[in-house]
Amino acid sequence: MYDVAIIGAGVIGSAIARELSKFNANICVIEKEEDVCNGTSKANSAIIHAGFDATPGSLKAKLNVRGNEMMDSLSKELDIPFTRNGSLVVCTKDQDRNGLVELLEKGAANGVPGLQIIEREELIKMEPNLSDDVTCALFAPTGGIVCPFHMTMAFAENACTNGVSFYLNTKVTDLQKCADGYVIKTLHTDTNTEEIYEAKVVINAAGVYADVLNNMVSSRKLHITARKGEYCLLDKDAGTHVTKTIFQLPSKMGKGVLVSPTVHGNLLVGPTAIDVEDKESLNTTQDGLASLALTSSLSVKNVPMRQVITSFAGLRAHEDGNDFVIGEAPDAKGFVNVAGIESPGLSSAPAIGEMVAGLVKDMLALTEKAEFVGTRKGILNPAALSIEERNALIADCPAYGNIICRCEMISEGEILDAIHRPLGARSLDGVKRRTRAGMGRCQAGFCSPRTMEILERELPLTMYDIGKNGTGSAIVIGKNKEI
Amino acid sequence: MMQYDLVIVGGGPAGLAAAVAAKDHGVDSILIIERDKELGGILNQCIHNGFGLHTFKEELTGPEYASRFIDQVLERGIEYKLNTMVMDISADKTVVAMNREDGMIEIKAKAIILAMGCRERSRGALNIPGYRPAGIYSAGTAQRLVNMEGYMPGKEVVILGSGDIGLIMARRMTLEGAKVKVVAELMPYSGGLKRNIVQCLDDFDIPLKLSHTVVDIEGKNRVEAVTIAEVGPDRKPIPGTEIRYTCDTLLLSCGLIPENELSKSAGVALNPITSGPIVGDNLETNIDGIFACGNVLHVHDLVDYVSQEATTAGKNAALYVQNGAAADAKTVEIVPEGGVRYTVPKFIRPTEMEDNLTVRFRVGDVYKNMAIATYYDDELINKRKRPVMAPGEMEQVILSKKKLAEYPDLTKITIRIEEV
Repeated sequence: MYDVAIIGAGVIGSAIARELSKFNANICVIEKEEDVCNGTSKANSAIIHAGFDATPGSLKAKLNVRGNEMMDSLSKELDIPFTRNGSLVVCTKDQDRNGLVELLEKGAANGVPGLQIIEREELIKMEPNLSDDVTCALFAPTGGIVCPFHMTMAFAENACTNGVSFYLNTKVTDLQKCADGYVIKTLHTDTNTEEIYEAKVVINAAGVYADVLNNMVSSRKLHITARKGEYCLLDKDAGTHVTKTIFQLPSKMGKGVLVSPTVHGNLLVGPTAIDVEDKESLNTTQDGLASLALTSSLSVKNVPMRQVITSFAGLRAHEDGNDFVIGEAPDAKGFVNVAGIESPGLSSAPAIGEMVAGLVKDMLALTEKAEFVGTRKGILNPAALSIEERNALIADCPAYGNIICRCEMISEGEILDAIHRPLGARSLDGVKRRTRAGMGRCQAGFCSPRTMEILERELPLTMYDIGKNGTGSAIVIGKNKEI
Repeated sequence: MMQYDLVIVGGGPAGLAAAVAAKDHGVDSILIIERDKELGGILNQCIHNGFGLHTFKEELTGPEYASRFIDQVLERGIEYKLNTMVMDISADKTVVAMNREDGMIEIKAKAIILAMGCRERSRGALNIPGYRPAGIYSAGTAQRLVNMEGYMPGKEVVILGSGDIGLIMARRMTLEGAKVKVVAELMPYSGGLKRNIVQCLDDFDIPLKLSHTVVDIEGKNRVEAVTIAEVGPDRKPIPGTEIRYTCDTLLLSCGLIPENELSKSAGVALNPITSGPIVGDNLETNIDGIFACGNVLHVHDLVDYVSQEATTAGKNAALYVQNGAAADAKTVEIVPEGGVRYTVPKFIRPTEMEDNLTVRFRVGDVYKNMAIATYYDDELINKRKRPVMAPGEMEQVILSKKKLAEYPDLTKITIRIEEV
């Protein structure tokens, strides 16, 4: 029997696992997808919000500001790509600037440092590509951008290093209270076999499915709406179009979209917001994508939408109560909800991890683990090395001299690291999210056959087992003339 | 730092022909840098025939065509490095390259020929809505999987785009046992060669739906269906015209983009129409001693023309190595008008150019029984009737140095499509 079973290996489940791995406890993470970071955590704005948006006193406000504070040290300890590029909420001439004042006051109440309202003259020096209609903006110097894949993987890998077991491709089908805790019934999505896990404490970090899990054991029903957001990602050529994250002041037209550089140097535009019935509804739509060009132009001019290299959709887990739901379900002892984690969920993740680990520590009277390893190294970025250092690396491991992804200049060495590190990549998307191979302007046109060869060589997989992203997503289906 | 007179970036058809020409014009110190594991470039995966009708007066397969040039490179003892990626080119013609054996190396070149080829437009760049499952490939990626690795990407196929690779792959997938249900083309005309429409679609009863595009992709793990719809003159889908095809594969053949990331790092100026460098009659870019040829310069229809163009680049790079920068000479711009989208070269030097210079271009629409007209300033110099011109096929005009010498005050040359 596990002390703790965390359901969901997104950024929240992984952050909780990492914090809990500081204690002497037997912990597992159960994830229905083939990899960590495969739901909402992989498709979002990749923003560490400053924390001025949420209602003072709410969990969202408290955890966002705390999470933001934690990122400086956390990004160093866990080697997470993170930049405090600052953010601007822009107000246009048709809007009431009092909206900015209200945000500033909320931010001050939430404890966000350094907020100020900046007038156009000064603003345009900071961001020359702001739209001509922008009159002023709220500047938040602590706003940041992060790689959500690496953030999630950093937590998960570090948890794994510290003894947490991860069960991937494992979908929870039923939860039942038993004498000491819970019986968790699962189905392995690859082998279609049932497996049963038991845990004293269950942590529900199941994203858009958190209501389904909660409602299996608690009569205090949750209702989570999947709220779809569509995004366009632009070529690195467009990556300096703005340097700060540009938000729009909400208006009658809606909450607006952001335009932001990403931590890897692309430009991100999005998201839309549409409630959907299907919790797997990750399709982009013609209307959604078309609306991004129009809406983004309200705050930023000349966004080069011709340089879009990919578009994607993510689902926010919106709970009816409009705040994070964190804590033991009142009528289900040992069942801890971490539900409704929509924006600013990524920003809050480090603080949510800390808070939930604290709760569980008290519930199970856990003691600190002396041998906890607090640091983790990410995949080496050879581009950051000098020529001499790089040559030493290649002399030691020639695979670092072999470029596989031409667009992002990713070497075989980085791909091997991605495959062989804790919770390593097993699919093309797994390699992509860890190394960026296939994430560039040709979108894996050239490198996917070569990455497949490497996966086949390094793992006990045949070419037919190698998927884009897990079960049922094979890239090739047979030999020529034999299908 | 290594030193070569001429570094050629890319060992495909353009790089090979350029190397041969440079060697034949007296340059001995040449290095070809190729990122793949063999010379020949994309020709190696083009196992169909139809290559070399102009160059060798016979129909060769892609690998056969490549091998003719590879043999010439080997016979001449020209140096090359395989599995080697050029990471950076600077304006002072320092090339940074990397491979497993040498690590990162810096190479100082007197001249550089850009011959990196092109890449395919991806699903993302096309902004096709829908899910993002496995089963969506660019036609070239599928071609590599089938023709070089021997693996089939799927069995029921929809193809978007009627570029040549898409047409060729419609036939290949059919021959290897798949069912190609339809080829949809956004434009009211095909982007490929007429002969490929006949030999790859018509001969296999594969329908081509012009003025159609993909409006939805279904399937969460692997493609399950693709919906196409007719588009109006604004190229926007017309509601009510949707047709849904169940399939497991969507191939994209929607245009090629010259790969000029390295050119940009060297400061080479690009033409927004071709996405390739702006060059004069000697195929030199705005950076002294950096030349370009092949699909990195502009996307070609036939490899024969790539070889011809690369020969010109190789010869001129040799002249540059031997004589240094060309003396300042008067330049005359070639202005594309009335249906002519661009020209390569973009300008000429009437006193320095070859006796007969081939100017290549593409038209922006389908033209029947129209003519290509060439003007020296306002004077019509030549008018050549063409029964059919289409964006999928390159057109050309030949400029005569002798004739140009009669116009010492010429300010511009205009090439346009006109009534006969």
